[in-house]
Parts: sequence; C-alpha cells; structure tokens
Amino acid sequence: MKKYRSWAFIPAIKQKAVRPQWLGFELPTNADATKDQTSSLLPYGNGRSYGDSCLNVKGTVVDSRSLNRFIHFDENTGVLKCEAGVTFADILAVIVPKNWFLPVTPGTKFVTVGGAIANDVHGKNHHADGTFGKHVLSFELMRSNGDKLLCSAEKNADYYAATIGGLGLTGFITWAEIQLIKIESPYIKVETTAFHGLDEFYVLSESANKHHRYSVAWIDCASSGKNFARGLFMAGDHVDHTPQGKPTKAVQAEPKLSIPFNFPKLALNRYSIKAFNALYFNKNSVMSSGTSYQHYDSYFYPLDGLGDWNRIYGKQGFYQYQFVVPFSEKATMEKILNKIVESGLGSFLAVLKEFGDVDSPGLLSFPRPGICLALDFANRGEITLKLAKELDALVIKAGGAVYPAKDVRMSSQAFKAYFPKVEEFKEFIDPKFTSDFWKRVNKES
Amino acid sequence: MSNNETAVIFGATSAVGQALSKIHAEQGGSLILVARDKSKLDVTAADLRTRGAPQVDCLVADLDDFDKHPNLLQEIENKSDDIAKYYFFYGTLPDQKACEASWQESQKALTTNFLSAASLLTLIANKVETESKNKADRGIIVVTSVAGDRGRQSNYIYGAAKGGLTLFLQGLRNRLHKSGCAVTTVKPGFIDTPMTSDIEKGGPLWATPEKVAGDIYKAAQKGKNEIYTPNFWMPIMLVIKNIPETIFKKLSL
Repeated sequence: MKKYRSWAFIPAIKQKAVRPQWLGFELPTNADATKDQTSSLLPYGNGRSYGDSCLNVKGTVVDSRSLNRFIHFDENTGVLKCEAGVTFADILAVIVPKNWFLPVTPGTKFVTVGGAIANDVHGKNHHADGTFGKHVLSFELMRSNGDKLLCSAEKNADYYAATIGGLGLTGFITWAEIQLIKIESPYIKVETTAFHGLDEFYVLSESANKHHRYSVAWIDCASSGKNFARGLFMAGDHVDHTPQGKPTKAVQAEPKLSIPFNFPKLALNRYSIKAFNALYFNKNSVMSSGTSYQHYDSYFYPLDGLGDWNRIYGKQGFYQYQFVVPFSEKATMEKILNKIVESGLGSFLAVLKEFGDVDSPGLLSFPRPGICLALDFANRGEITLKLAKELDALVIKAGGAVYPAKDVRMSSQAFKAYFPKVEEFKEFIDPKFTSDFWKRVNKES
Repeated sequence: MSNNETAVIFGATSAVGQALSKIHAEQGGSLILVARDKSKLDVTAADLRTRGAPQVDCLVADLDDFDKHPNLLQEIENKSDDIAKYYFFYGTLPDQKACEASWQESQKALTTNFLSAASLLTLIANKVETESKNKADRGIIVVTSVAGDRGRQSNYIYGAAKGGLTLFLQGLRNRLHKSGCAVTTVKPGFIDTPMTSDIEKGGPLWATPEKVAGDIYKAAQKGKNEIYTPNFWMPIMLVIKNIPETIFKKLSL
C-alpha cells in the first residue's frame, strides 16, 4: 500500500501505522509516550498536511480512513454526523444533490473531517464565515485512557477549543457533527479582475468582501518591475439557479489526469516558472476577466483535477510557505513579496487571501485578521530554508503567523511567537500523543 | 449508470462488501445486508442510507450454520420479491500451517469458504430457476480468489476451497444460462483489508477494497462470466497455470 507520507514529501520517512475498521476500537496504548516514544500515537487522515504535523516517525499513526461512514444526515436542517475518516469529497457527493454545501472548504476536497478539525482549515469565505471549526457543532474525542469526551461549545468546551486546530495532539476524533449551508445550485458565479500591485489588491479585496461570500487571488511571485505583484482577483458566490446549458453533475468526480511519476529536478526552474506566470496572467486577464459560471468542483478544487500534482516538484519534494500578517502590515507584505521575487524561488502556485475578523474557535487556530499568502518553493535545500527563515523573521516582527499544516521547518521560537496560547493548549494534550511537528517546535535550541 | 435494483450482500461488513455496497447505494440501489454482527450491520446500513440507498435491510446470520440457510433465504424473500443481484463477499483467510496441523482448522476453512457458499447458491439457483426468465439483469456474483487457480504449498486449503467454489460456479453458470441469470466469478489478488492484516504489505500487487469493488460492480452490471481484479492478475495467472507440474512442484510458492 501507499506509504504514509506527508503531501510535500519532506521528510522522506517510513511510518508505522494501525488502521481501525469500526468505531469502538481501542487505541493501541501500552506504555507512556512521555517515557517511551515508540508507543506514541498520532491520528492520520488523508495525508494532505504538507509537512511533519501528520507524521510520528518514532511512534505509530492511527489511520482514520476506514472510519468513513455517514452516521446521520438531516436534509431539513443540514446537520451532518459522520465518522472522522469521511472525506470532503464523500460529503459533497452526498449533500450537493440535496442542495447543501460545506460551510468552509480548503483548496482540496481530499481531506478528512478529522483532519479538517485538527487543522481548523479555512477557505475562500474566511472573511464571511470564519474557519471550519466554527461550523463543527460537536465531536467525540477518544483519549488514550479510554475516555470518550463529547465536545461542543457548551460541553467540554475547553477540549473543544484545544482540539479544533489542535494538530491531532489532544486525542483521536471518532465522529463529528457539522452544520452545512443551503445552496440552490452547484454553480458559482465568479467575477475575475486583474490587478497590478498590492495597493490594487487591498482595494479590490476590501470592497469585494463586503458583497461576496468567496474571494481569493492568484498572484505572480516571479515578476519584478512593472509586473511586480500582478494578479487575478476572483470573487465568487453561490447562484440561486443553475445557469442554462450547464450540467448539474460533477465535472470531475475523479481526477482525469494524474502525474504518474516524480518530475525530474530541472522541470521547474526560475525560467519555466516565470514563463508559466506570464502565460497564466496574460491568458486569464484577457479571457477570464468579467463574469463566468463555474462548477463548484473546478472553482474550489482546481488542483484536485490533477491527481498527485505534488509530484511535479520531483522526488526531493517541496516546501509550502503560508503566512498571515495584519492588514496594517502592508509594507511587510510588500517586503516579503520583494524578497520572494528576488530569490527566484517562488512557484506558480501563489495564493493571496484576506482573512476576516470572525473569531477562530481553536486555541491554536492559524487564521486571524489580515492578509494571507501561500506559495510553494521547490526544494533547493539550504537556499530555500534560508529564505524561509528570513521570511519568518519578518512575519514574527509583523505579529503574524505561519500555518503549521504546511510547515516542516519553523523554529520553536517562531512557533511560540505565532501561537501565544500554546501554554494553555499544552494542558489538553493526550500524554500518549505526539507528532514530529510537535517534537520539533518544542525542542530547546 | 444509475440503477434501482435490489442487491443482497452476503458478508456485508467485509471491506470489499462495504465498498461494493457504497457504489450500489450511490447509484440509487436498495440493499439487503447479511452479516454476523448486528451493530456493524446497523452502522453500515446508516451509512448506505445517507449515500442514497432508498431501502436498506439487515439480516443477522452466521453463514456457517447450514440448517438456517433455507430460513435465511425466506427472510430475504420477505424483504423483497424483486432481487436482481446476489453478492458473496464473506470468507476467511486460514493459516495454512495451522490447517496442516489440524483437520478441524482445515474443515472450518473449507466450510466457510466453500460449503457454506455452495449451500446458499443451491437454494438461490433453485429460486432463480422458478422466476420468470424475463426478469432483467439478474446476477449471482461470487468472490473466489486467484489462489483457487492453482494449488500451492503456502495456501492450498484456502486455494482448494476457492478453487472448488470456482468450479461449482462454472457448473452453475452453465445451468442458469437458460434461466437468464448471469453467474460472475470474481478472482481478486491481494487486497488490503483486515483479512490480510497479518501480512506485510507493499508493492504494486496490492489493491484497495474500493478498486476491487469498482471492478466487481462493473462486471456485475455487464453480467460477465469471470474477472480477475485488478486485471493484471489475468496474465500472471495464465503463466502460473501453465507451468508444467514437474517444474511447479519444485517451486517454493
């Protein structure tokens, strides 16, 4: 079977795993993880975390993917209860034909419900609806001592807050109940606008977010001079009826194309990326500007159409850097973008998004008000790591944060600066649970 | 290809049984689930209803208990008088060494993997023969194994049970042809399920239950005679079947 890996292939490791088949299973605990790391546990979802937050190399991961059953779906209220290994793809297949939609979704539907809670994922509607955790009505948390805690905003509220965004460290989520949103059609009305520079983006984003449920921008992180920080701003909304002539069925239930092997090292370089960005911008700024109707699948999950797209970075893997800085730190954002452009290490997958001021429910939730940028860096070893470290310094100074779900390298000092509630969080960690990420960011250095 | 057929799933809580039921439910079909464990059946049924099955019924049964088979078939008939597909997914993977050491172990393995299915199939065949020939798209789909294609020292008790079942199905296919009911033999290779959890896994020969279930569903809809799943097992088994016995007996397979 496929090995247990993180999405960005770094680190390349072998991981021991167990895979329970039915709720009511017992966690394989026979020793104290604080003394004996080989028996430590970590929940594993669908392996879409980029770094080491989904790995526990010295211990065991508890694979949730066979716990993928729906428990109940109330078509009148939109309350869905399911086991933690159910993926967003499974959910969409069931709910969209009944005119319901996920309250919040990240850029891939191949995440599990448990993973979405553990990382308190966000989407293009953060400014309007907050994080995924905000819409989780309740869940059951199984602790290594056998306790099963029913958690909600009212019951075991402390564990609820620690587990949402808690990176799987507080125990194993067995099932969850989420509140869906009502839709009338699987289509999204998209308005695309080209922008040049951050100033234009800020203006666009501020006004669009008042009227649109979804917004996101693609930004060119390779060009300098007059093309610096050019991009395409895409605002979207659910429509109240399917536009004429559009199919109602999902257009890409399964990826039609797959990357069958790891690309060779040279496929992505400064020039190919620059060329791609120029091509993408020129094509879309002319052709897609204005209004269009997109099926939710291609609007929310453009990369899901390309199976195993992570292989384009080759077997050496890649880094993703995703951070948020407050609105007031526009100068910092500008500085960071400049640094990335200068380095020539940025890739074509760069996404800019405004986070709103809806509170995140988790103690360690990443989203907070400000502007968020996510981009991939091919793994060029030390040069890439050095750049990320320099960016860290700027993000810390600006009072921002870097997203643990995407990280494999932040220092413990950086982590503490990004997540001031970490001491409070520590009380709720299950003594037998840990992750490679957690060990790393708690290392004294 | 949506359908509104009713399917009976023997071994509904097995990994492949669950995966097949999901596909059937997503296509809008109803299900009658048969397995030993009531709580697992209930959990599975709730899932399948949510995924789109208009009707899901559960029957608790120990299929090693032959005496209760006629009764079980009657219960199934009481649930629906219009059953299109009968799927057989249950089985055990016995420990070959334990079987060699104890006839009781071997007998248990042969009972579950061959005799029990043969008993149920006898009853189902007799029922199907009395039904109108025009009843569309009826099929009996039984999972045997590539292990039944040739006896090997590492698992010949399991192989004998599945090989016996494969032969039984050939005869049944021949017999039911004139009644218009397809009989599909499914020969999977290695599947990553709890049944194989004791085996070290890895490499391209291992398939997921979802992949295998997808192949089975398609074969059932088409009323195929025999399939290997994944289909790369067909050439592999062709080679294995054609190695002369004088050489084969010396191999450590």
